[in-house]
Amino acid sequence: MKPSPFKYYAPTTVEEALARLAEYGYDAKVLAGGQSLIPMLNFRLAQPSVLVDLNNVSELFYIRPDENGGLLLGAMTRQSQVEHDTLVAERAPLVHEVIPQIAYPSIRNRGTFGGSLAHADPSAELVAVNMALNGRFRLRSQAGERWVPADEFFVGLFTTVLEPDELLVEVALPAMPPRSGGAFLQITRRHHDFCIAGVAVLVTLDGKGQCEQARLVFLSAGDGPVDARQAAEMLRGQTPTPEAIRAAAEKAADDEIDPGSDIHASAEYRRHLAQVLARRTLTQAFERARGG
Amino acid sequence: MSDQFPVTVTVNGTQYERAVEPRLLLSDFLRHDLGLTGTHVGCEHGVCGACTVLFDGEPVRSCLMFAVQADGHEILTVEELGTMDNLHPLQEAFREAHAVQCGFCTPGFLMTLVPFLEENPNPTEEEIREALSGNLCRCTGYQHIVDAVKLAAEKMGA
Amino acid sequence: MTEKYVGQRMTRTEDPRLLTGQALFVDDVEIPGMLHAAFLRSDYAHARLRSIDVSAARNRPGVVAVYTAEDMEDAWKPCPPLVIPPPTVKGVLFHARTQVPLVKDKVRLLGEPLAVVIAESRYIAEDALEDIVVDLEPLEAVVDLEKALEPGAPLVHDDLDSNLAAHLIQKKGDYAAAREKADVVIKRRIVIDRCAAGAMENRGIVAYWDEKSQQLTIWDTTQAPIPIRNGLAGMFGLSSHQVRVIAPFVGGGFGPKVMMFYPEEVLLTWATLQLGRPIKWIEDRRENFLATTQERGQVHDAEIALTSDGRILGVSHTFIHDTGAYDPYGLTIPLNTQSHAMSAYDVPNYYSELKVAFTNKMIVTPVRGAGRPQGIFLMERLLDVAAKELGIDRVEIRKRNFIPPDAFPYNHEIIDQAFAALVFDSGNYLAGLEKAAAMIGYDQFIKEEQPRLRAEGRHVGIGIVSFVETTGVGPYEGARITVETDGKISAATGVGTQGQGHFTSFAQVIADQLGVSPRDIRLVTGDTSEFHWGTGTFASRGSVVAANAIHAAAKAVRTKILKLASKVLEAPEEELELVDNQVRVADIPHQSISLGELAVMANPLRGAVEPGTEPGLEATAYYGPQYGATASGSHAMIIEVDPETMMVEIKRYVTVEDCGTMLNPLIVEGQVHGGVALGIGNSYYEQLIYDENGQLLNASLADYLIPTASEVPRIEVGHEETRSPLNELGSKGAGEAGCIPVPALFAQALEDALADYDIEILEAPMSPNKLFALLQGKEKE
Repeated sequence: MKPSPFKYYAPTTVEEALARLAEYGYDAKVLAGGQSLIPMLNFRLAQPSVLVDLNNVSELFYIRPDENGGLLLGAMTRQSQVEHDTLVAERAPLVHEVIPQIAYPSIRNRGTFGGSLAHADPSAELVAVNMALNGRFRLRSQAGERWVPADEFFVGLFTTVLEPDELLVEVALPAMPPRSGGAFLQITRRHHDFCIAGVAVLVTLDGKGQCEQARLVFLSAGDGPVDARQAAEMLRGQTPTPEAIRAAAEKAADDEIDPGSDIHASAEYRRHLAQVLARRTLTQAFERARGG
Repeated sequence: MSDQFPVTVTVNGTQYERAVEPRLLLSDFLRHDLGLTGTHVGCEHGVCGACTVLFDGEPVRSCLMFAVQADGHEILTVEELGTMDNLHPLQEAFREAHAVQCGFCTPGFLMTLVPFLEENPNPTEEEIREALSGNLCRCTGYQHIVDAVKLAAEKMGA
Repeated sequence: MTEKYVGQRMTRTEDPRLLTGQALFVDDVEIPGMLHAAFLRSDYAHARLRSIDVSAARNRPGVVAVYTAEDMEDAWKPCPPLVIPPPTVKGVLFHARTQVPLVKDKVRLLGEPLAVVIAESRYIAEDALEDIVVDLEPLEAVVDLEKALEPGAPLVHDDLDSNLAAHLIQKKGDYAAAREKADVVIKRRIVIDRCAAGAMENRGIVAYWDEKSQQLTIWDTTQAPIPIRNGLAGMFGLSSHQVRVIAPFVGGGFGPKVMMFYPEEVLLTWATLQLGRPIKWIEDRRENFLATTQERGQVHDAEIALTSDGRILGVSHTFIHDTGAYDPYGLTIPLNTQSHAMSAYDVPNYYSELKVAFTNKMIVTPVRGAGRPQGIFLMERLLDVAAKELGIDRVEIRKRNFIPPDAFPYNHEIIDQAFAALVFDSGNYLAGLEKAAAMIGYDQFIKEEQPRLRAEGRHVGIGIVSFVETTGVGPYEGARITVETDGKISAATGVGTQGQGHFTSFAQVIADQLGVSPRDIRLVTGDTSEFHWGTGTFASRGSVVAANAIHAAAKAVRTKILKLASKVLEAPEEELELVDNQVRVADIPHQSISLGELAVMANPLRGAVEPGTEPGLEATAYYGPQYGATASGSHAMIIEVDPETMMVEIKRYVTVEDCGTMLNPLIVEGQVHGGVALGIGNSYYEQLIYDENGQLLNASLADYLIPTASEVPRIEVGHEETRSPLNELGSKGAGEAGCIPVPALFAQALEDALADYDIEILEAPMSPNKLFALLQGKEKE
């Protein structure tokens, strides 16, 4: 199908872009990579009257180190650039590992790091990974700016805390704490489809080899990414034995996620997969934490 | 609401200046406004890959871009790869390996593979299949396409 | 001496054009003043059309016309059926109900067209669709096959008193008696659901009525341009010579593009006649799921009766076949199911009761396989269940039942899709199975590798199945071959080409007769102004029926060449040979004449010719087989399953195909690979999912999962060759074989991989979700 008509703006600065959003509010849709939005426009599932295209806002394309060993990424940075960046590979190895699993190279050449987050698809890899890594997002409007931690940013199905006049401009990823390990697994029906279940985990060990911190974030397990806090709490202070891992995985899968049923997977199957994947990723993450 | 936007875009080395409606898809612009019908449209939802072109040297799905976004950029389509009398080694390899049946998906595969082979001059079968997994073909079952890529790597490496 | 081209792995002549983006597909057609059509389609699967108001749409700038059923007046009528039920089956009940160009009173399927907008661009036309106000009163939809036939079910066709579209019984021998004598009777219910053809090119039409020349030209992605031309001419009161239908390069057919008449074909033609301007309609992918035909839905209650040593005494099944909202294609598909339910086996007694149900779903017409996969799935599953119960190895039980190589022609006595008794012409099924078993290392795997893998806790299974495939059915095809004055050959045939390599393989056939390189042969397919007798590409018949017509025409041209050359060279015909575009006296090479020169001589501009002479070196010939040839094969696969995630990996895939003489083995292999890939899709990834309201839940390529290069393994292709005695080339069709046995193979191999769970797979397609459900009740400690 072909998109409905829209008024089109292609600002070259963040200021200009914010001015448009202030002007049009809910009538405007932001166009970042377009790999999720344009199919919706082509299906006429979305028919915004105004499109604000950020692809010429060069100040939003960057990857920089921050002074604490972490990273700052401009929201419009192409996923393919993040994929090949050595700083990302060093400082956010889980991002480096996961990005190649997003769709295909030609999608990642246009898709953006921030766009995926603002779109908030519950199956999106970057959503879960940013939460697992305790990312923080900088939001700007004409009125000012605010920082929102990832686990407060996603509030529902394709819904974030972004106001209609706000833009996500930057993502801050903290340095990986020492003795940390991350892991990510997803089950897709075909290579690189949207997953029917997935989980991103980050664990940190203390000096005695016990779990100091843990985070498990599930994809395709609810309206948005699901942060399994009770499971994480169960692991804290424990030696990460296979039994402890299994118990945490079961806790998360049985009690904390709320997967739906659709044509690809029943809720039961998703729940089962969540448990299997949680077990596998936690095992791998702890191994990496020990090795690193 | 149908404002026209100016677009200056270089396609296959030729500069074009046009005025377009912002919602005009890049795939439609290339095919119908510029008459470059080698790029094909299979789905308009970014899944099949038949519409793949090179945008500033990188493969993109032209059905997921607007023509207006190409202003100031460079595009290469399949027509630039080779001519019927002078095929690109990748095209030669496709022919030798019988990687073409109906040919509808073929331009999309070619434009995906050209940059892939530049970065991976000696790919394994697994790497090739991974690289191809974003392009759908209903005719070939992919095997001869994989063979063609191996053959092309040999031809181009030599 | 003379090179033989048939049988060579020639690369394709047409490839450079396709590779460089220079090939013309329907959407590439641009004509000055061309308009664009978009269809308003029903959002309900079953609804009464109360009113439709297109006035706002007509007023939109850029819109040239908007038409509803009412606007068509007398031109509105249901389309003629494509296939009538076979007159040779006794007692068949058949209610013909065909699709309509635009909905008049009632919507019977999701996406049925309500109106068409003709505008300056497709973009504007789609905008105008939103201007149309439709009042549809939703009705309860008929979706489930069994519920469709229950008394009191809502009626898809109000003038009938049920949704029973057809009923017929076929028998061979006496199943009831056989059952009495059996040591084992196995009963199972088998369910198969719909898949889409999924060609990469969606359908498209450009229709152009030129008032001045009174000519109608239509470009159409059809697999059957000649019947389209004849039908549309008849429908609109034109002479067939005023109508030219061109199927240019077509991006995949796989069956649904042979269906006619699609509403869009009728509407575009009617609209161009009204407006006198060229009009283009290109189906988008979502429309393809809603507006292009589908296939496979059937429910079987089946029985197989065997002796204790695994010999089949009989097979019986009653089944319901889903035809969708209309049945333009007659009983072709379920007849194919019946003619394949006995498969490659010597089944002395067979009973089959077929009921066809109307449902509020897309019309069912053949998709690659065309009813054969269902029959094969039925038989192979029953046999596998029997093998388990009797404790007989899967390969062994098949060997015990094959039709032996000396039993041909083998008459099954039931009627098949070609309206004739099902007769298998030739085959060696045992050799095929043994070869497949050897290629995959069946014995060694079962005895050594599998136990070792199982001990490691891995779930790796092997599957092996056999099948037959009726191909090369009539009625006929034709071809015309001409020697041009430059010595090259031009040829034309009525079938179209959707990727099968006709331009090359048919040229190979001609080359063998005329001593010309296939590269010097220009072949035109699918253009009714070049050739206008024939039926189309379907049922794996191109390499049989069209190729044999080409062969006959080539022989006829050869005869003319030799006759004239004999006079010119003053040498007897027996001493002449055709080599390198020349005719020459054998062993006296300088006594020769080029074909081009001969062609000039054959068409004098002055002087007299002998009575009865035909000018030029040209001949037209036709071929119609008495019955279709039967291809066959065996497929085997090794698959690993992760029983925690249900993810699978195909470790090895082997096929053995017997399609008789292969015109071009490279092309045959490509067909096999593609067929297997589609079969893998039909086995574990694809399924068209309708909800209880007839809504198609996965009408996009994001949710209808066509396999990618990561899901399709490397396929090892072996060949057996039993020439068909039915035609001079000895060929059988090869287009569908790859996909036919795959769902049966998957079911068997998955069961084997998960043998410790002891599951039974009786449905196709399968999916990870369905496999999970099966394992749920069977959790192992």
